Amino acid sequence: MNGGQTQLTPVPNVNFLPERDVGFMPILECRSLGIDFGGLTAVNDFNLAIGRMEIAGLIGPNGAGKTTVFNLLTKVYKPTRGAILLNGVDTLDKTSVQVSKMGIARTFQNIRLFVNLSVEDNVKIGLHNQIKYSEISGILRLPSYWRQEKKARDHARELLSIFDMQNLAEMKAGSLPYGAQRRLEIVRALAANPSLLLLDEPAAGMNPSETAELMDNIVKIRDTFQIAIFLIEHDMQLVMGICEGVCVVNFGNIIAKGTPNEIRNNPEVIEAYLGKGFARDFESRKH
Amino acid sequence: MKKLSRAAKTDIFTYLLATAGFLAAQCIQGAGLMSSSLKGQLVPICAYVVMAISLNLTVGILGELSLGHAGFMSIGSFSGVVAAVALEPVIPAPEIRLASAMVIGAVCAGGAGILIGVPVLRLRGDYLAIVTLAFGEIVLNLTNCLYVGTDSQGLHISMLTSAEALGLASDGRVIINGPVGASGITRLSSFTAGFILILITLFIVQNLVNSRTGRAILAVRDNRISAESVGISVTKHKMIAFVLSAVLAGAAGVLFALNMNTIVPTKFNFNTSILILVFVVLGGLGKIWGSIIAAAVLTVLPEALRGFSNYRMLAYAIVLILIMLLTNSPFIKSVLGRMRVPFNGRRNT
Repeated sequence: MNGGQTQLTPVPNVNFLPERDVGFMPILECRSLGIDFGGLTAVNDFNLAIGRMEIAGLIGPNGAGKTTVFNLLTKVYKPTRGAILLNGVDTLDKTSVQVSKMGIARTFQNIRLFVNLSVEDNVKIGLHNQIKYSEISGILRLPSYWRQEKKARDHARELLSIFDMQNLAEMKAGSLPYGAQRRLEIVRALAANPSLLLLDEPAAGMNPSETAELMDNIVKIRDTFQIAIFLIEHDMQLVMGICEGVCVVNFGNIIAKGTPNEIRNNPEVIEAYLGKGFARDFESRKH
Repeated sequence: MKKLSRAAKTDIFTYLLATAGFLAAQCIQGAGLMSSSLKGQLVPICAYVVMAISLNLTVGILGELSLGHAGFMSIGSFSGVVAAVALEPVIPAPEIRLASAMVIGAVCAGGAGILIGVPVLRLRGDYLAIVTLAFGEIVLNLTNCLYVGTDSQGLHISMLTSAEALGLASDGRVIINGPVGASGITRLSSFTAGFILILITLFIVQNLVNSRTGRAILAVRDNRISAESVGISVTKHKMIAFVLSAVLAGAAGVLFALNMNTIVPTKFNFNTSILILVFVVLGGLGKIWGSIIAAAVLTVLPEALRGFSNYRMLAYAIVLILIMLLTNSPFIKSVLGRMRVPFNGRRNT
């Protein structure tokens, strides 16, 4: 009986949520999350909560482990330590497919569309689990097939219209311009009906006006679908412009969490990532 | 009228192509212009067309290489032959007996497909090619020492060295005699039956591809990681495509076997698997109508090249290479591309 001799350690788990979301279960909660690749610790002691309708940002220098965090959340990698709670439910031992069904959808840093298929089919593949008819009724084309396919088609067009892409529906996804491919990936992820949307560098390769439009659209998506959005981005205009909470990682560890304002003036973040003079530049560019 | 999608147009074109081929063959046959050797090829052509379409499902649509498709055909053939003999007293009508034999052959081949698919399709990479290659050889060796007979007491099966081991009663009949194969088969298959099987195959494969499941299969082929990220189970959809492909190959095997007097296990060797793969690759991966044309043309070709006598296979190889060069030439592609514009009404780029 050594129950009384257990060492009690304080758990460093300070999470912030937007005031609006405090009364609700956080959509995502990471507790001491970590992963090692062989001897290399890629992510360590990652603690974060994201509110029900929060737009949260994850920033940091290249190789800091940002995409690894996304891969942990979507179960592409199995965490070595720690827990991920989606809407309060532990995702231990869940597969990518299962967490997708639990309401997490993502885009990829290097775009991963189904390039040989049409834009509409890409979205319909995102709708896969919303379309309910069996393989048999698909082969025999029973009434449920026609009904559900029509619904899926309308739904796909509707989702494409968020980015004003409904006219491109017949095009091959691979032949779209780069910016449109990024937007299509977001539409496909949205089609999976997520409650948490992960965007991996959504503005990469976009020009300033496209980025501005994307920012409006991200906020619009959050408001229309009432979901949380967690994004990795290097474009500070975007991160500082729309994120409510920002989390900064470096060498796999969180070095700061807070509002964009706090992050911008945090000396450690300036040292590791933003660079001196960032706050001044940012202010002058804004005006 | 509602505008048809490009996929629907391709589907209809494929049905029309098959029907046109069937009617043309019937007309030529009716007019008495068909050589007897070609007449004998009609049912095998149908069987090979179904084989090519079903292999296209695995190789072209699912994107997994399978090198043992003849194995499924073999399983279908022999179980179909046994079923046809065993059902003779129960179902006298030959058409219904053929259909039942096809169902039994298809189910047996599908079972083998599940057996292979469950362990292998969980893996990533080219394992399916390796395992199906081995599967083809295993089936070949097993059917080589398979003895099946029937008598008043029912079916007897033995994997021993001779037909005597079956211990048949005096009224017994050996159906499959090891390496000698099955002989004295009642011919149940007909060209019409083959055509109907092609139509059924087209119906199943094309409708599947244009459904939710088919899109998921294409998604798995194009990008496994993003398919999983939208909640599509990779293993499940690989299984559906692979097992369905095995099922259809089994049915084709029954059609093929019940057209012959004698069928030997070595008919379904590695060469046959590769031959079917050649149909699929030459016809175009994922293009069902391409598989139909390639299978039909390449089955007739050796007959048509009979005039070259000893150089027949040399000529066959040259024709193969020419077709491959022609279908990949940028000139031909641009001509076809220009033809497609009036066909679809508008250019989609």
